Amino acid sequence: MNVVLITIISLGVLGALAAIILYFVAQKFKVFEDPRIDQVEEALPAANCGGCGFPGCRAFAEAMVKADDISDLNCPVGGADTMSATAAILGKEVAAADPMVAVVRCNGTCENRPRITEYDGATSCTIASSLYGGDTGCSNGCLGLGECVDACDFNAMYMDEKTGLPVIIEDNCVSCGACVTACPKDIIELRKKGPKSRRIFVSCINTDKGGAAKKACSAACIGCKKCQKICPFDAIEVENNLAYIDYNKCKLCRKCVAECPTNAIHMVNFPPPKPKVEKPVEEKAE
Amino acid sequence: MLKTFSLGGVHPAENKFSAGQKIEILPVPEQVSVPIAQHIGAPSEPVVNKGDEVKVGQLIAKSTGFVSANIHSPVSGKVFKIDEVLDASGYKRKAIIIKTEGDEWDESIDRSEDLVTEITATPEEIVKKVGEAGIVGLGGATFPAHVKLSVPPGKKCEVLILNGVECEPYLTADHQLMMEKGDEMMVGTQILMKALKVDKAIIGIENNKPDAIKHMKDLASKYEGISIQPLKVQYPQGGEKQLIDACIQRQIPSGKLPIEVGAVVQNVGTTVAVYEAIQKNKPLFERVVTVTGKSVSKPSNFMTRVGTPLNQLIEAAGGLPEDTGKVIGGGPMMGKALSSTEVPITKGSSGVLIMPDKIAKRPKMEACIRCSKCVTVCPMGLSPYLLSTVSDKAIWDRAEEEKIMDCIECGSCSYTCPAGRPLLDYIRLGKGNVGRIMRSRTK
Repeated sequence: MNVVLITIISLGVLGALAAIILYFVAQKFKVFEDPRIDQVEEALPAANCGGCGFPGCRAFAEAMVKADDISDLNCPVGGADTMSATAAILGKEVAAADPMVAVVRCNGTCENRPRITEYDGATSCTIASSLYGGDTGCSNGCLGLGECVDACDFNAMYMDEKTGLPVIIEDNCVSCGACVTACPKDIIELRKKGPKSRRIFVSCINTDKGGAAKKACSAACIGCKKCQKICPFDAIEVENNLAYIDYNKCKLCRKCVAECPTNAIHMVNFPPPKPKVEKPVEEKAE
Repeated sequence: MLKTFSLGGVHPAENKFSAGQKIEILPVPEQVSVPIAQHIGAPSEPVVNKGDEVKVGQLIAKSTGFVSANIHSPVSGKVFKIDEVLDASGYKRKAIIIKTEGDEWDESIDRSEDLVTEITATPEEIVKKVGEAGIVGLGGATFPAHVKLSVPPGKKCEVLILNGVECEPYLTADHQLMMEKGDEMMVGTQILMKALKVDKAIIGIENNKPDAIKHMKDLASKYEGISIQPLKVQYPQGGEKQLIDACIQRQIPSGKLPIEVGAVVQNVGTTVAVYEAIQKNKPLFERVVTVTGKSVSKPSNFMTRVGTPLNQLIEAAGGLPEDTGKVIGGGPMMGKALSSTEVPITKGSSGVLIMPDKIAKRPKMEACIRCSKCVTVCPMGLSPYLLSTVSDKAIWDRAEEEKIMDCIECGSCSYTCPAGRPLLDYIRLGKGNVGRIMRSRTK
């Protein structure tokens, strides 16, 4: 009986001692952490994609708490809802960022852009692009080895086997920019999603002169400047034989789309043109 | 027992079909495209304009720094335009396109065949003249020759090593040059020795060229300080570090240059170019190019003007065989498959290799079985299987730790891999990235 009692008492005293020491140590080495960091992190999507420019959601939350002005910071994955929620926690103002989406600026499908050589190396766009311009006549276009698809963490991309080009699944794309960084040819760009997800862009980045570009790919921008001339809003600029549409100026009038001789300007999510009402041909009276 | 380098190496089938073929002078092409970036370092700056008349040997693009090289017109005629042309890099890059009219050489060039043995130029004049003549390493690396000849202060060159190894299978350009221009090479060697202020030169030749070894030995006996070193056939013996190891048994520390161990290496072809520049005032605008392959009807060695389109050489060697799978610029180990046969010959083109379809294709890539063959053959003592994996997974700090920058890109690892893994491709990718990271750190 005695032994049991001694054991309980001695262990109890030891435990209490350890607890006291630990308490003081914890007080001494306490690191103050703003509790709002946890709250903000909770509100973030926890995708840790790096789309905000910080290594993970925690780092972004810290930056948000630290910054006086958070209008430069944006979580592209969470979008406006997340940003206003976090701003509410911090009592700060947040600028409404336009939702963005990745677009593939190459329409060099197997049909438009015939292959003239065969690539026989490692399956990596970066390696292929360090070796040569690509298996077609266009040295700017998509190599089709899918490094962007591998980089996407959100299942927002796949390679279309028919065209040999990557396709972006708009609903899944969070505009984190991983594919933009992955592409060695700088083909993918983050563009404003646009009202009702409607947008217009030049689906080509070939800077060759018109003839050479056209020879390599029937859907290439040939730098003819027709779109630049017709644009009523000065949104289109042709530089180095390549047109670029400024999405902040573009009013989606679609005049350029019709004007482009090679159909290099693409429009997305516009309703199909209304079928023209054909006048019923009057049957000749017999 | 013949000497060779101490670590790794492979011995691929030699296939020197064009050996013993006399150097043929290729007719001057109707039009040349001379790329302005033909060497390691800064691209040159064109000094001619569209419509200008040029003569053979006239300066057409100026060097833009210490590590850069002048470029001279390979033909006489009119500058047609300065435009982007697809070259061996696989991309369109700036080139000077000249339409040939006649073959009028610059008056200052001595076109006679007489051997001029007396060296009147001072060491400083030699280095300056080599720079002016636009001479670059003709073995394929195209490093400007005058840079190597300018020994940095505090360092001393003890021995000049000439690379007559030609360890790449198929290629015979250097071999043939040794057979036909041996005398010029000897005088060239003396010039280089004078420039470097050394009294010893070793010419390393692999013993699959017994005729060249004998011929060079006969010639060298007439000159003081030049000796011939026969070497065991082993790839990549032509690599600077391997050749120094094989000839004088000195190992260069990681990240250092040959001058660290008191050696300077030049290719035998470069030596002939140096002779021509100093004694004949002839800048570098032509070189010997081997055109070869299993199915090529007439494997040959051509004296070719820089800027000649590749297909002209292929035509002269009997045309493109029907079973062609790949056309490679350079040798099979370090050369690069070309995407067009219209790319121009540059100062660094040592050969054109035409591979039949059957053997041109790479094997299907399979999983690494950790057999460590790549580690055994790596002449730099690296672990290629590891380097390729960390490069693929973008673990750059690990790649740097494993000395990825020491890789000389000889391709022995890819050649030997039984799983057909493109090890070197991934290592090159890693080298590019690690190099960029290291440079940004020193800035």
